[in-house]
Amino acid sequence: MIKMYDIIVVGGGHAGCEAAYAASKMGKKTLLVTANINNIADMPCNPSIGGTAKGIVVREIDALGGIMGKVADSSLLQIKMLNSKKGPAVRSLRAQADKKVYPQKMLGVLKANKNLEIKEAMVEDLIVEDNKIKGIVLSTFEKILSKAVILTTGTYLKAKILIGSSKTAGGPHGEKESKNLSDNLRFLGFEIQRLKTGTPPRIDKNSVDLSRLQEEKGDDKYYTFSFDNKPTYDKDQQESCYLVYTNAKTHEIINQNLEKSSMYGGYVEGVGPRYCPSIEDKIVRFSDKNRHQLFFEPETALNDEWYLQGFSTSMPIDIQEKMVHSLEGFEHAKILKNAYAIEYDAINPLQLKSSLETKIVENLFTAGQINGTSGYEEAACQGLIAGINAALKLDNKKPLVLKRNEAYIGVLIDDLVTKGTKEPYRLLTSRAEYRLILRGDNADLRLRKYGYEVGLINEKQYANLKLKEEQIKQVTEKLLTTNLKINAKTQKIFLENNIDLPSRSENLAQLLKRPEINIEFLKNFIDLNYTSEVLEQVEIAIKYEGYINKTNKEVEKLLNLEDKQIPEDIDYDKVSNLATEARGKLKQVKPVTIAQATRISGVNPADIAVLTVYLKKEYGKNE
Amino acid sequence: MNDTICAISTALGVGAISIIRLSGQDAITIVNKIFKSKDLTRAASHTINYGYIEYEKQTIDEVLVTIMKAPKTYTKEDIVEINCHGSIATVNKILEILLTLGCRLAEGGEFTKRAFLNGRIDLVQAEAVSDLIASTTEASRNLSLNSIKGNLSKIIKELRQEILEVLANIAVNIDYPEYEDAEEITIDLLKTKNEHILKKLKEILNTAKDGKIIKDGINVALIGKPNVGKSSILNRLLDENKAIVTNVAGTTRDIVEGSITIKGIKFNFIDTAGIRQTTDEIEKIGVDKSKEISKIADLVICVLNGQEKLSDEDKEILSITKNTPRIIFVNKNDKPLKIDKVTSAIYGNTLTEEGIKPLKEQMIKEFNLNKINTQDFTYVSNARQIALLKKCQQKLENISKQIEKQTPVDMLEIDLKQAYDLLGEITGETYKDELIDELFKNFCLGK
Repeated sequence: MIKMYDIIVVGGGHAGCEAAYAASKMGKKTLLVTANINNIADMPCNPSIGGTAKGIVVREIDALGGIMGKVADSSLLQIKMLNSKKGPAVRSLRAQADKKVYPQKMLGVLKANKNLEIKEAMVEDLIVEDNKIKGIVLSTFEKILSKAVILTTGTYLKAKILIGSSKTAGGPHGEKESKNLSDNLRFLGFEIQRLKTGTPPRIDKNSVDLSRLQEEKGDDKYYTFSFDNKPTYDKDQQESCYLVYTNAKTHEIINQNLEKSSMYGGYVEGVGPRYCPSIEDKIVRFSDKNRHQLFFEPETALNDEWYLQGFSTSMPIDIQEKMVHSLEGFEHAKILKNAYAIEYDAINPLQLKSSLETKIVENLFTAGQINGTSGYEEAACQGLIAGINAALKLDNKKPLVLKRNEAYIGVLIDDLVTKGTKEPYRLLTSRAEYRLILRGDNADLRLRKYGYEVGLINEKQYANLKLKEEQIKQVTEKLLTTNLKINAKTQKIFLENNIDLPSRSENLAQLLKRPEINIEFLKNFIDLNYTSEVLEQVEIAIKYEGYINKTNKEVEKLLNLEDKQIPEDIDYDKVSNLATEARGKLKQVKPVTIAQATRISGVNPADIAVLTVYLKKEYGKNE
Repeated sequence: MNDTICAISTALGVGAISIIRLSGQDAITIVNKIFKSKDLTRAASHTINYGYIEYEKQTIDEVLVTIMKAPKTYTKEDIVEINCHGSIATVNKILEILLTLGCRLAEGGEFTKRAFLNGRIDLVQAEAVSDLIASTTEASRNLSLNSIKGNLSKIIKELRQEILEVLANIAVNIDYPEYEDAEEITIDLLKTKNEHILKKLKEILNTAKDGKIIKDGINVALIGKPNVGKSSILNRLLDENKAIVTNVAGTTRDIVEGSITIKGIKFNFIDTAGIRQTTDEIEKIGVDKSKEISKIADLVICVLNGQEKLSDEDKEILSITKNTPRIIFVNKNDKPLKIDKVTSAIYGNTLTEEGIKPLKEQMIKEFNLNKINTQDFTYVSNARQIALLKKCQQKLENISKQIEKQTPVDMLEIDLKQAYDLLGEITGETYKDELIDELFKNFCLGK
């Protein structure tokens, strides 16, 4: 008998895990199909979760009710708050996560879900009837039916591993690739592009003289990604990372052997990301630099396999050895796994809706590297949104689409479906125009309500949020209504802290705006018995009020345009006076709102004006 | 549609009165800020109010201000019309002030567009509105492309590049905090860089005010083969000896500038090397330049020698300028003419004041004929450019102020980014991914 599910998730990487978790948690009978259950939530590249912008995404995932943050909290080797000396908007957590522990914990979380089944199999085709997904076909020709399918295939579509001139079909860890799925997607009408990424060698820690490297310790503070977790680690027991540099000898070896690398030897078809260049790329493109930074990082506490970040290469094995041995302290280093480049197929994300449902096949969703992105966090957040929206779709509910002013997740998805991408896409702080309000510290205030609405955030979590909001209001009110009394006692406190006393009495909020004063200092004058999270929110809101207001003004403009919907049935050929390029782009992207239309490259203000007039004429009669 | 738009709604330089029209919710309060004699916010709807426009303690013009309150107006929004009777320079100045105070320059057809969107115009007219938007934006786009091609755009581009480099550097500091090769933009370093950028911007603004870079006026090009008397015409018009006048063909290789005002309209003359088929490399540059100039000029005066038969070169000149607003001037009519009859030519000479008069009259007539009225955008875009530069200055000055308050660099970057975007609006460059491209071009980043 053919089995029937509500939702099938194809692929058990970071996108697949979040998608399967969200869908099953929202009450959908879900099947997660993966090639190898031991590789669930595998981290085939860097052993870290978070980083600039990405750390904020992990907080957002947690705010919405996803699982990456919680699993990372329970498997970390080291944690740091990046940019802690900069403004609050750019601070972001990064953890070295244990590569062995993380997948186990993730599997545990997934298995605890009664609506979720996990199956080992290779998917080679989709069952589509009348442009609607009906199920999947395995490599064994077994058919499994479902109402929705989420593809999170990672790098496995026609994957090829490149080391020097050798090119072997297959994914990371010698896993089998999916041979036919991308051709079948092409047949359905998807545009397929070829992308490339790479990973550095893994080295036996015991074969490296760490004493000659520069030690990089974790922060001397406690942090968690999840808003619901308390720290479970000992900050004094964190593992260290190490800093090491390339040198003249390394550069010489690389320059002499350039032609042997897959990249420069012309063996690569795919387009690689600019932000993740191979070491040979760095040396060719920045030939004036006489050294490059590398980081030597632990992958797990369970063995001695370490990761040499910054040294990704597609050189043949013998050259890789020479390169590694040229590094100080690595003279006798033992390479446990060679660096490689990997090529894979991805779809053109312009063929997706903002909900991550494809425009071509109804109820088919895609998330992660198949959409042209790179990074565990980028994948996970898309998986979460795809999972949520697949479940909502089956319930005939409106999809959850986060706006650019609401979340980095919104920025990422909007960029993908509006601008497309020609290289693996990575989130950067500079991609978020409203980053001042998209902070890691306020992800819960921004997004928990949505998680609650879709059923991924429970009553208790929601009550905690409401309490926090209430307390923020209380503290703000207190500071605004309490004036500093200038008397001998206050004078003394200011003097002791080496802070100028204000010339006249002002309220504490006013006082907090001064750069040398923080909210802790105010506790000298007022009772502020609240959590540090609450006080932090008030402090940021007051200190940076000017810039936050500026951002909010920009947001208001955006929202005005976001309100202007473009009907799905619009025929752009009937809109006269559109520039030819704009017409083509609008037809391809099919923007949902005027705001989205303004972000399409090649669509000019005059086109927007013409379009607005047309919409009013054709659709505005009933207004 | 929350913003307030403004534009000069009469053809510039034509007639004694010019009208600046504003539409939007802040129209009345904005004009009230610079209107002296009474409080316009209390003025009744559909009234005309007499007074002065005053800005930064300077009286700009004596005006009549019409107040029309929503909804009984053309756009169904509050409308203010300023009737001013000063020169083009004054009208421009007022427009510039309005833009600085928060108005946005209306796009082509935007008043009509608002009228339509607010339900003032019926649906049948919609297509016409869209045609209007398309055609006027096209005209203004071409014009701004022309007017911005030169020096100003080069300077602004350089300044933008300077800002972009700082922005990219800050972005690298944020996104790659552990990357050692990128210099950390500290608050002190930003202070130095910001002051430098601000200084350059102020220089641009000063020159803009002097009219050396951003010119107010109609650009006129004198075009003709060598020795037809272009320099003499120019000198006669300018009444000064700027161009070299000689009998040797092809000596005026440099573009000589000079301006005159006829009936309140400023004409900027671009003298050009003669257009002549030549093998002389240096002179060829001059000829190419003439062709180039005839393309960007608002008005071309084709000069022909009345003492010669029409040559092939003359015919080439007439053909090059066929589609440009032009005057065909047959020079040297002080002696009996030997030239063939040329359609719609006017005749004169440079020996006397009287001899050049027909040309002057034709220039005024040409202007009144509305042939170059679309070029009004040239003036407008000047006011727009100045306003954008000023807004940019405000942003940079705010950075200086915030630096004193020790605001984090990553927040100051918000102002800097806006300054960058404002400069981009002047040169028409709005490519969004510049920053990210710059980042990966100049810094070796990656894991």
